Amino acid sequence: MKYIDEFNDPELARRLLDEIRATATRPWALMEVCGGQTHSIIRHGIDQLLPEQVELIHGPGCPVCVTPLDVIDKALAIAARPDVIFCSFGDMLRVPGTDRDLFRVKGEGGDVRVVYSPLDALDLARKHPGRQVVFFAIGFETTAPANAMAVHQARRLGVDNFSLLVSHVRVPPAIEAIMTAPACRVQGFLAAGHVCSVMGTAEYPDLAEKHRVPVVVTGFEPLDILEGIRRAVHQLERGEHRVENAYTRAVRDQGNPAAVRMIEEVFEVTDRNWRGIGRIPASGWRLTDAFRAYDAEHRFDVTGIRTEEPAVCRAGEVLQGLIKPTECGAFGTSCTPRTPLGATMVSSEGACAAYYLYRRMNAPAAQGSRIPQEEMNPVG
Amino acid sequence: MCLAVPGKVVSIDHRADPLTGLIDFGGVRKQACLEYLPDVRVGEYVIVHVGFALQRLDEQSARASLELFGQLGLLEEEFGDAWEQAERQESGSEVR
Amino acid sequence: MADLFTPDAAPVDPANWTCPAPLRDQPVVVLGHGGGGALSAELVEQVFAPAYGNATLAALTDSAVLHLGGARLAFSTDSYVVRPLFFPGGSLGDLAVNGTVNDLAMSGARPAFLSTAFILEEGVELAVVDRVARALGAAAEAAGVTVATGDTKVVESGHGDGVYVTTAGVGLVPEGVDIRPQRARPGDAVIVSGPIGLHGVAVLSVREGLEFGVGITSDTAPLADLVAAMLAVTRDIHVLRDPTRGGLGASLNEIARASGTGVLLRERALPVPEEVANACGFLGLDPLYVANEGRLVAFVPPQHAEAVLAAMRAHPQGAGATLIGECVADHPGMVVVATGLGGTRVLDLPLGEQLPRIC
Repeated sequence: MKYIDEFNDPELARRLLDEIRATATRPWALMEVCGGQTHSIIRHGIDQLLPEQVELIHGPGCPVCVTPLDVIDKALAIAARPDVIFCSFGDMLRVPGTDRDLFRVKGEGGDVRVVYSPLDALDLARKHPGRQVVFFAIGFETTAPANAMAVHQARRLGVDNFSLLVSHVRVPPAIEAIMTAPACRVQGFLAAGHVCSVMGTAEYPDLAEKHRVPVVVTGFEPLDILEGIRRAVHQLERGEHRVENAYTRAVRDQGNPAAVRMIEEVFEVTDRNWRGIGRIPASGWRLTDAFRAYDAEHRFDVTGIRTEEPAVCRAGEVLQGLIKPTECGAFGTSCTPRTPLGATMVSSEGACAAYYLYRRMNAPAAQGSRIPQEEMNPVG
Repeated sequence: MCLAVPGKVVSIDHRADPLTGLIDFGGVRKQACLEYLPDVRVGEYVIVHVGFALQRLDEQSARASLELFGQLGLLEEEFGDAWEQAERQESGSEVR
Repeated sequence: MADLFTPDAAPVDPANWTCPAPLRDQPVVVLGHGGGGALSAELVEQVFAPAYGNATLAALTDSAVLHLGGARLAFSTDSYVVRPLFFPGGSLGDLAVNGTVNDLAMSGARPAFLSTAFILEEGVELAVVDRVARALGAAAEAAGVTVATGDTKVVESGHGDGVYVTTAGVGLVPEGVDIRPQRARPGDAVIVSGPIGLHGVAVLSVREGLEFGVGITSDTAPLADLVAAMLAVTRDIHVLRDPTRGGLGASLNEIARASGTGVLLRERALPVPEEVANACGFLGLDPLYVANEGRLVAFVPPQHAEAVLAAMRAHPQGAGATLIGECVADHPGMVVVATGLGGTRVLDLPLGEQLPRIC
């Protein structure tokens, strides 16, 4: 695909790697915020190619992973209702709630459907005026304009049988939370490119200044990620901490003003729980009062559902970059993509799943975790 | 998060509500909502996520990035300090 | 039971996708049990094998090779539930023949006879059944097999998805041919017979409202003739597999596990058509896990690799044959991909078919 293939070029990747190697004189720990970047890093083996001074910590930027357990349980309760068509992005169907997942609800007779776009869910609502159509509106700033448009259209067109179960999250408060955590090791951030395509870069200079960390807006292809790393390491070596845009082809400083206006009309900032991390102030969006009638939590009266997360799962520490997935005792033993204990093992963008799928053979020897013998034969 | 891919606008249906266009992703075509890029033109590249065009793709900027990567290493061999060169190249892309 | 197959085609329809990571100890059947991945394997191991397992079944080959009246008979059965019934490049009728014929061919057999069993839903238009039947007949003729026996059942409206077809087939395995996954050996060349991912992407395109330029049609085709051409070079082909559900990734994992060898793939050598790669990129899928219906992967001793590859390329069904990697002694039971950038990643057995990775 044009503008993807060129940014996968191995020769140019080698040059960027050489440059990073020549620049890094000391160990540096960088966090890639976005799960899509984690996926790309592991998928292409980028972390294996980096000089050992540069460590990548996988951040909490996977909306599937961080959607809190009680919201999943609310989704399950709504989806099981006979009057409801429950629509979701595909990734969410396999995230375990307390005792089941959306696939189980579907297997037991719930009408659960995967949609590509929230507008597809709105179309379903118009086709089925006698049923309640609920869309599971998860995601970061990138997805918010799409979900906002769906509910905005619903109100404008009077599609009253449509509603959203909202669990939107915002990146900057998460970065703030990570940097203020006592054990934080992160020295620089690769900010999520597509979040900035929508929101622009204005939210980051204060963070960079306050915590004295470089923030490099970074894309998703291998060359983009290497360029983000190169620039972050360059700043660190010089003792700088600026916001840089290494993804200029898709990110304008002002973002997309039309999209931001729509978000601000439909959503308002709220505190939100992040699965594995806990409550982060001002880290989420919920529907404004003007759209409250389209809030599925109120429409189906599930606001009372409260659930605790399993204690054995250390996803929270993984999401905060405090441990690598392989340092969790459950990794690869009681917790696998087949039998996930935490959401980071569920989504293919989740740090644990990415490690399990792509690095399983190398990781155990390096980290000394308890992986069954047949799974830890290193490549010769 | 946020799987978003670049595609080329093939056609725009100005009567559609919301504004919709057909986007070509290297031979794969799919409709996308253009409401957030109302002045986008046929032939331009856009970044699409869950059926919405979120931003224009700046082709000139893409080429500049690739040229910069191509010059890494070579600059050092031919012109001395690659960083000085690279920084002059990318000075326009800094945020603050 | 909710209707999983509602005609509201606009949303992505998960009908044939499955959950890659469901909860443990499912008390009900979930779609993942039919996905051809780890869940399907568990269903066989935990339910079917204890109920009627035996040495023949335990071989877990695409078709069983039976000793009967002095001959070696390959025997296989498969059910076909594709939606939509007609898709770019083929239909349920084509799959019902080619799928079973190919399962037989993966034992090296010459397919000879098929049975067909139709399960029809009350209310389905006869014209639709007629189209499926005609496609099936044409495919049988093209594959050189005779439909020798058949059956029809009708279920009440709402209890089926229009048309289901089950076929079974038999064929004779030539003397001296012993093809099964356990025979993979380090050093074997790993060859795929052509571009991958076409069938899965062609079917997805209909479900998801994707449009393609030229070139993306299902690869459904009978492969027995290609296999015969390969066996004419050498009878010592170690393994053949047609990578259907779960794609090349699932087939290679099954072979690695059955033989206790490792498989090393070179990502850059994989024949992924550009439009397949782009559609997969768009939906967040890995082409290595996308279904094929007219491709085979072969493990061939290195001394025969070049000649087998040449014979494949000379055959219409193998024109795009490519050497994609090799069987190795390292990392037994695992498939490892050398990435284009020079790193490596493990290609795991998929749990079910893939879900689009949307965010």
